[in-house]
Amino acid sequence: MLLIACPYCGERPEIEFSYGGQAHLARPPQPSQLDDQAWAEFLYMRSNTRGVYAERWRHSRGCGQFFNALRDTTTDHFLAVYKRDEAQPALSSEGRPPSEAHEPPAPRERSP
Amino acid sequence: MSKQSFSGLSLIWRSLSKHRGWQTQWRKPEPKARYDAVIVGGGGHGLGAAYYLAKEHGLTNIAVLEKGWIGGGNTGRNTTIIRSNYLFNESAALYDHSVKLWENLSQALNYNVMFSPRGVMMLAHTVHDIQVFKRHVHANRCNGVDNEWLDPVQAKEFCPPLNIEDNIRYPVLGAALQRRGGTARHDAVAWGYARAADALGVDIIENCEVTGIRRNAGGAVEALETSRGVIHSPKVGVSAAGHTSVIMALAGVHVPLESYPLQALVSEPVKPIFPCVVMSNTIHAYISQSDKGELVIGAGTDAYTSYTQRGALHVNTHTLDAICELFPNFRRLRMLRNWGGIVDVTPDRSPIIAKTPVPGLYVNCGWGTGGFKATPGSAHVFAWTIARDEPHPINAPFTIERFRDGYLIDEAAAAAVAH
Amino acid sequence: MSSADRFRTPSGGRIDRARRHGFTFDGRPYEGVAGDTLASALLANGVHLTGRSFKYHRPRGILAAGSEEPNALVTVSRDAARVTPNLRATQVELYDGLSAESQNRWPSLQRDFGRINDRLSAFFPAGFYYKTFMWPKTAWKALYEPLIRRAAGLGRAPTQADPDRYAQRYAHCDVLVVGAGPAGIAAALAAADGGARVILCDETAEFGGSLLSESNALIDGQPASAWVHTAIASLAKSGRVTLLARTTAFGYFPHNLVGLNQRLSDHLPRPPESQPRERLWQVRARSVVLATGAIERPLVFPGNDRPGILLASAAHTYLNRYGVRVGRRAVVVTAGDEAYQAALDLNAAGVAIAAVADLRSEAVGALPDAVRRAGIEVLPGSTVLGTDGELRVNAITLGRVQGGTVHAGQRVACDSVLMSGGFTPSVHLFSQSRGKLKWHDELKAFVPGSSAERECSAGACRGVCDLADVLADGAAAGAAAAPQPNHAQRRFDVDAPKRRSGAYLGILPQAEAPSSDKSFVDWQHDVTTRDLGLATREGFRSIEHVKRYTTTGMATDQGKTSNLNAMAIVAKHLDVAVPQVGLTTFRMPYTPVTFGSMAGISRGDLFDPVRTTPTHSWAAAKGAVFENVGLWKRARYFPRGGEDMHAAVARECRAVRDACGIFDASTLGKIEVVGPDAVEFMNRMYVNNWSTLGVGRSRYGILLREDGFVFDDGVVARTGADRFHVTTTTGGAPRVLALMEDYRQTEWPDLEVWLTSTTEQWAVIALQGPNARRVLETLVEEIDISAAAWPHMSVGRGRICGVPMLLFRVSFTGELGFEINVPADFGLAVWETVYAAGQAHGITEYGTETMHVLRAEKGYIIVGQDTDGTVTPDDAGLAWAIGKNKADFVGKRSLERPSMKAATRRQLVGLRTKDPRIVLEEGAQVAAMPGQKPPMELIGHVTSSYASSVLGHSIALAVIAGGRARLGQTLYVPMPGGDLAVEVAAPVFYDPAGARINA
Repeated sequence: MLLIACPYCGERPEIEFSYGGQAHLARPPQPSQLDDQAWAEFLYMRSNTRGVYAERWRHSRGCGQFFNALRDTTTDHFLAVYKRDEAQPALSSEGRPPSEAHEPPAPRERSP
Repeated sequence: MSKQSFSGLSLIWRSLSKHRGWQTQWRKPEPKARYDAVIVGGGGHGLGAAYYLAKEHGLTNIAVLEKGWIGGGNTGRNTTIIRSNYLFNESAALYDHSVKLWENLSQALNYNVMFSPRGVMMLAHTVHDIQVFKRHVHANRCNGVDNEWLDPVQAKEFCPPLNIEDNIRYPVLGAALQRRGGTARHDAVAWGYARAADALGVDIIENCEVTGIRRNAGGAVEALETSRGVIHSPKVGVSAAGHTSVIMALAGVHVPLESYPLQALVSEPVKPIFPCVVMSNTIHAYISQSDKGELVIGAGTDAYTSYTQRGALHVNTHTLDAICELFPNFRRLRMLRNWGGIVDVTPDRSPIIAKTPVPGLYVNCGWGTGGFKATPGSAHVFAWTIARDEPHPINAPFTIERFRDGYLIDEAAAAAVAH
Repeated sequence: MSSADRFRTPSGGRIDRARRHGFTFDGRPYEGVAGDTLASALLANGVHLTGRSFKYHRPRGILAAGSEEPNALVTVSRDAARVTPNLRATQVELYDGLSAESQNRWPSLQRDFGRINDRLSAFFPAGFYYKTFMWPKTAWKALYEPLIRRAAGLGRAPTQADPDRYAQRYAHCDVLVVGAGPAGIAAALAAADGGARVILCDETAEFGGSLLSESNALIDGQPASAWVHTAIASLAKSGRVTLLARTTAFGYFPHNLVGLNQRLSDHLPRPPESQPRERLWQVRARSVVLATGAIERPLVFPGNDRPGILLASAAHTYLNRYGVRVGRRAVVVTAGDEAYQAALDLNAAGVAIAAVADLRSEAVGALPDAVRRAGIEVLPGSTVLGTDGELRVNAITLGRVQGGTVHAGQRVACDSVLMSGGFTPSVHLFSQSRGKLKWHDELKAFVPGSSAERECSAGACRGVCDLADVLADGAAAGAAAAPQPNHAQRRFDVDAPKRRSGAYLGILPQAEAPSSDKSFVDWQHDVTTRDLGLATREGFRSIEHVKRYTTTGMATDQGKTSNLNAMAIVAKHLDVAVPQVGLTTFRMPYTPVTFGSMAGISRGDLFDPVRTTPTHSWAAAKGAVFENVGLWKRARYFPRGGEDMHAAVARECRAVRDACGIFDASTLGKIEVVGPDAVEFMNRMYVNNWSTLGVGRSRYGILLREDGFVFDDGVVARTGADRFHVTTTTGGAPRVLALMEDYRQTEWPDLEVWLTSTTEQWAVIALQGPNARRVLETLVEEIDISAAAWPHMSVGRGRICGVPMLLFRVSFTGELGFEINVPADFGLAVWETVYAAGQAHGITEYGTETMHVLRAEKGYIIVGQDTDGTVTPDDAGLAWAIGKNKADFVGKRSLERPSMKAATRRQLVGLRTKDPRIVLEEGAQVAAMPGQKPPMELIGHVTSSYASSVLGHSIALAVIAGGRARLGQTLYVPMPGGDLAVEVAAPVFYDPAGARINA
């Protein structure tokens, strides 16, 4: 079970989350202007990256928020998590985000 | 090169010389600079395609390139279930074509792949399940595929360890049984096709990773860059399962795939206790017993895409709690080993066996969790497609373009099925 | 000490000789003592023969003392239901009354008919079954396979349900230490010193690991086992350390999740009823220290599998830990110094050591010298050419290796052979964590290289051998793992002889004409050196191929005592260095884990949550038959007086249409969509035009997936200018909300709208039938529900019996209908009040089956039954719901694709059977042409089908290719008994004009 650092709640186990697939796939603002091929690309094509993958997770059994993550699909280790409105972090040549020790916030106290 | 015959007599004969006379089952040649066709991916589908290319289409100057050891991907990791009781005509035709080939495969390859048509029984636990499975039974009957409806008592007669008490959370309300379905020995399929293809002149090149696909000025496939050199070929068939996206990207072709971990596990071996294959989609588990005595158990994929060939512990605990409810006598048995593969899943969970926009490049992928059963059928029609540069009628609907055009073959939507 | 366990030493060991335990093995009674394992107790009684090998049925004895045991597999039966096969006798803790049986032999262990396989072994080389059993074709399934299956398998599965309970727990800690030998204990001490919360686990019953067999070492002035006791006591007192004995760490998962399996009661003679048998722990550790030790390697030589041939360290453990002499006269064959200590201790305990045959060309150092001083012959430059003995080894033939040639040596009589090929670090968990291994040339084994998780290996499992070094290594690892790195390092004062390790891999040197006896590599799967040779000869080069072809390393011991020897032998055949052969993948579990432990409490009532509606108890009391709809229990029908479902449904349907029915619709999903942009949001999500829906009105809404197929449907009410009450199907509720949140949060974050699930907040009581208004009007306050004031699809807030209410005038039956929504806690009370008020008006309770029939009579679809994820709104005849002139909504673009508009698409129609008494089967296929043989040309299928008591004939809905253009056509439903003729009709059978619904 992966340990996922929700940017709002801190590190929580995988079973609290739903997977959201590839990140940064903006729905075309004017779908009617796309031809069938372009529309199919949006609907169905995913980069399915073997390596660092920008993807979405939703903390569905927690705060309910969608957020993004960079995960290496060859190790399942997360390199970064970032909120929806934040830019995708750039990675250094070693594949690490420039910000050192991306420590997630301390988990909030849960009310009884 | 001749192929030594396998038989009980030859086994006895060679025992006299302490089995020192057995030849290699397939050669380990250096890759040639040029072939008439190359298959990328040395799993069952790829090796089988090479075999049929040589056997039925006379293309013997061909090679199979495998990044690691043949059969080391999903072919060596699956739960070996074989069935053809799919809903849509297109699927039923494809999988039943395969079952018919399974029925004669050992004899055709002179290799015992241990195909055992002991029956695949799919359990219904809700009214919705009954509707879905009865739809399958009717469709299969009309398509010429065997599938019959059983009530719970009949289901238990067929599979005595099954719990049909109505005091469990999701009691068994009935089952759909395909008697011609069953299992086979997965490694033997890879080795059997490899040996037979090799005997026909096919070069099987292991430890050879494709790192680039070269195209000529007209955009057609020309050569492959590999870790063992450049190999020229006008025809390339990619049959690489979970790694298809990576390979196709080398030619600039996008296929709608996502690669997920799929886990399976075996119990310690016990004396024969489980006569058939049982699948339950509602409570997510399927089970059979191998000829070695191990219970072979699997379920659905993990939730996120990954190339790690491993998954989460909770997927296994969910699978086993379902198994224990259905077969309470097995609760004291023990998990011996768990492993994972990478399954490539398409949006409609049906495969793609087709030409690609790149001339000379063909792709066979998207089998998701259900590729093993289709091995001979898939290999056969893929070989046809490559040899004739056009699909066989059976794989004609399984194109890349169907997603653009909306002609999905969505078995999962129709049935909420994990294959 | 009785004569029964005549191989017991008079004193010493971790056992309690005063507490004697009786047990049976294969029906014969024996005695052991508290602290014994079944293996040590059998050895104490002189019993070595404990099993028959898998393929050849060769007599086998006990090889090891721990979980790496490949031979001594037994079935332990507590009672008829608590039968556990395939247990290792070395791990079965003895209790009074234990009953164990050997496996895989017939008729008995001493005389096993299966032994004939050994004589015929020439015909059963590795992979023989791939080469034969192919003729005749049908014989595989009918004859060969059943024979193979009967011969395969080890123990027998239990024949009754397991009555034992299993528990589960999650835990978090700063440092998880796996293995409580010297390295693990040192690590735990150091970590606790550093303020860490520690979990220390060990697979055996007693902490101490190798220290429990250690006779010749002092730690901080104490004998090793006494130091263990002191150390554990101090850990227990620290308050921060959880000590878990009998707990195997079986799996290492990403992000430092480690699975542990704790055995709680198998060692007890009479476990308390309430106690779980095992507990599964899922531990998330900030850091992990792997102190998993090393496993001794057996030697590969002809005849190396006879009973009485053991690992030297096992014999040492049986002596020092269990007070058992493994025989009377032993020969030690070793590649390193450790076995010399065993020889000394055994000799001191009265076991004659006929010789120590050292595989090294020289046997020098403190330990070999001590052995010589004890009068034991030491033979350097030795090899083994063979052994003798049937049910027990009785002699070993040694050879001498001189100048690269093997010379004949001596034949030495003995009843035990103790072998040591060196120690293989246990890197299983490290590998599971995806750490990289590296080859250690001196140890001839793999050791941990770079880690992939926050984890550190310490001690023998990373190749550290000397006790002082092991303790220091463990302490360093523990200190580094603690959250506050502790600079005041723990130090240990160790007094132990120096040992020169040795390692040997592969076949021992053999003479020119080697023995024809089998040399075993994998004991449990009967894999011999010949099998490995055959595999490489047949072209299996990858170690994975060799493993799969020969099955070496695939038994229940997963190659713990065989993998490296196999690799070395294969390397020799392939003429490459051992590390180049590659290693097979380590996978969980380290040792087998009970299914029940994995399943834990998820069984019976706790298998899945049960969701019930507010009226559940009322329905149950009325004798309702329930069905599972997802996690919900819904009343399917209410049989009266012995009615079957058919009769009950017929009565309920007529009651609704003639008078009034009451139905619990609480399971329907409900979502509150609120905000200034609620209308805009709804317009973008659903196909309908919500801008034209006034406050106080409701409308049937359809939600598509982005690919254009119907995803869900439901009545949507506008309850305010800025809010909607959206209903969904029962099963679709969570999916619809998830889809909405996805768009709301990630596509349209600029919209001011919020979503709340209110599915469980509202009880929904449907009142349907011509008398519905009469029943309701006496109870409803604040709303004028007269026909004039409240037309169909009205919505409003009011009260009922004083309870706040959201009332809908809506119908899924085609009759005048209302849905009363009240806060769920009032659901039952309001239901009972309405029911009482309805008595005067013929009110009848009805269930989901009746609901299905009534809606089908009106042609209302059920998403998931009449649709299957491949149906568009137009297919279902619902194109009218799509808002005109809407620029966009989810799925709109996909509907524009040519395939989505093809005239041949499967469209919803009604079917009338020519014989009105025949009810079609749901799922039956439809063909245009009769009399076809498979494969038939099919044009659709039946989605819903019922006998309509109201209409007096069967009705069915179906999706048919180009269905709407076929009205009036005759089609055929091919059934096993022949084709059924049907006529295509409009999919509305009852009151097409809608007079009753608008009453």
